[in-house]
Amino acid sequence: MENKDIEIKENEVAVEATETVEKPAPVINRHPEEISYKGAKKKQGVVGSKAVNRIINILLVLGCLTIFFPLYMTIVIAFKKPSEMTNDVAGALALPEKWSFDNFAEAMRVTDFWHSLGNSLLLTGITVVICILLHSLAGYLIGRKMAKHKAFKASYFYIVSGMFVPFAVLMMPLVKQTAQMGIANRIGVIILYVVFFMPMNIMLYTGYLKNIPMALEEAACVDGATAWQTFWRIIFPNMKPMHATVAVLTAMSTWNDVMTPLVIMSGTDQNTLPLAQLNFQTQFGTNYNLAFASYLLALLPILIFYIICQKQIINGVVNGAVK
Amino acid sequence: MGKSKNKAKASWSRNDKIFFGILVPVLALFFCFNTLPLIKGFYYGFTNFKGYGNYDFVGLRNFVDIFTDVRVGKSYLFTFKYAIVMTLLVNLISLILALGLNRNIKGKNALRGIYFVPNILGGLVVGYIFSFIFTYILPAIGNMTGIGFLQNSFLASTKTAWIAIVIVGAWQGIAMNTIIYISGLQTVPEEVYEACMLDGASGWKKFSKITFPLIMPFVTINLVLCMKNALMVFDQIMALTKGGPSQSTESISYLIYNNGMSGGQFGFQSANAFLFFIVIVVISFLQMKFLGGKEEQL
Repeated sequence: MENKDIEIKENEVAVEATETVEKPAPVINRHPEEISYKGAKKKQGVVGSKAVNRIINILLVLGCLTIFFPLYMTIVIAFKKPSEMTNDVAGALALPEKWSFDNFAEAMRVTDFWHSLGNSLLLTGITVVICILLHSLAGYLIGRKMAKHKAFKASYFYIVSGMFVPFAVLMMPLVKQTAQMGIANRIGVIILYVVFFMPMNIMLYTGYLKNIPMALEEAACVDGATAWQTFWRIIFPNMKPMHATVAVLTAMSTWNDVMTPLVIMSGTDQNTLPLAQLNFQTQFGTNYNLAFASYLLALLPILIFYIICQKQIINGVVNGAVK
Repeated sequence: MGKSKNKAKASWSRNDKIFFGILVPVLALFFCFNTLPLIKGFYYGFTNFKGYGNYDFVGLRNFVDIFTDVRVGKSYLFTFKYAIVMTLLVNLISLILALGLNRNIKGKNALRGIYFVPNILGGLVVGYIFSFIFTYILPAIGNMTGIGFLQNSFLASTKTAWIAIVIVGAWQGIAMNTIIYISGLQTVPEEVYEACMLDGASGWKKFSKITFPLIMPFVTINLVLCMKNALMVFDQIMALTKGGPSQSTESISYLIYNNGMSGGQFGFQSANAFLFFIVIVVISFLQMKFLGGKEEQL
């Protein structure tokens, strides 16, 4: 939230910010006579909390082990040979004798890794692009006219209420419908994603529109630009921070989704990365080294992406949830 | 924006018509892939459709049978038990974590980054990795240390399998909620804490009287999000138990998928899906009412 607010310096944002600061003011004013002691007391507090902070620091670092343990285990098992997997804990968790990439090569072959990766990238990429273009446009159309006409307001509530419909509810009729329409394939999955993320994204875009002043559009209107031109030239670039949020939220949900491709693309021999893990379970059998190599390959792209764009991802997720 | 009310009946300018014209295809798309399947599902709920071949109308029979069907009842019980335990557990741990991560500690940003990692990983693959931990690592540790309850796999018993799913769900869910709580804690201005210190309030009192009420909107966001995700649990079940042992961990989503898609219960599960939809709407409505009420306090 903070980041975005800094990027666009609009009046309304400034008002919001001052409001949050001003609200707790009465608490401070209740004891104005004590404020002179502030310095002394504060010093004490800092000294006292330093030891506490150190303990908390250690606990938090130890807590990270719960995050690292499954990842560590995945890595060491993925590099081991099946013969190294004895029945005790050490067999599974000790470092491999030799770091070999054979399991990965085999896993790539068995699960048709590049194909699945390509499908995942394709589905996620196209979905994100369409969502940004279409949902920002719809969010703009609705947001600007919602106050003026009931038809727009009704459209807003109609679409946003779609958030209450879980995919599991629509799954069975959608499988029939996409099959009848001949889109029980990657195209169908993309269409479903675009529709499924619409309520959330339109809500985000419509909310964000309040930060873009009408004056910008009115100026364009005077210059004789059509509504269509105004949107793409003026509004769309100004929605940039929200595009980032929408892109992150949409991409993460699409990339990790199993259910939609599972039921819609079951007739095709196409896999996404998670779907490949599900469909090749029987082929992995009891060869856990092969299976874990495959799991690691499935996790790597998003882990790398996270390491590169950590800040944007966290901001996007927080923005999406808090708005 | 404020002058909206008295303009409600304003006439349609050319610009307005263009706007609505562009909006109509979007609405049509949404109707076609969201509302239409919902209506169709409701329609299928009145039939004995198996997913193929011909079908007859059976009236309200499916909707009556749902309430006496043991398997459906079990799936609702499991899903609600899971959702409630998840929501409480995840929010408690996230709040504690967030309070720690919001302090002036070393490597704060790195720690925050690390604690968020589980959220970006896909539920299915995470489920497979934990499945190995539950099946091999924990029993091996149990045998080594002699701790009784670890010696048998959590996933093998009807009594403990749901705990395994809670653990995996929480491992991922905590990451998300912690980040939201941290952003909530950052909205509490420093001055409030300083004033707190002047009043001599510290520790639990400071948290319960000052911090917690101030981050109440974030608490409700987290409760709503966590509950919603938990009610739709699917990936973890697919990876860990496939609904077993003896159908003790069948979530509603999983039951609809499993019996509706391949169990020949297309019609019956359509009725179940519609009931699930009503349940979600009612819960969301109650939560929003709760959310609205709490936000005014701030």
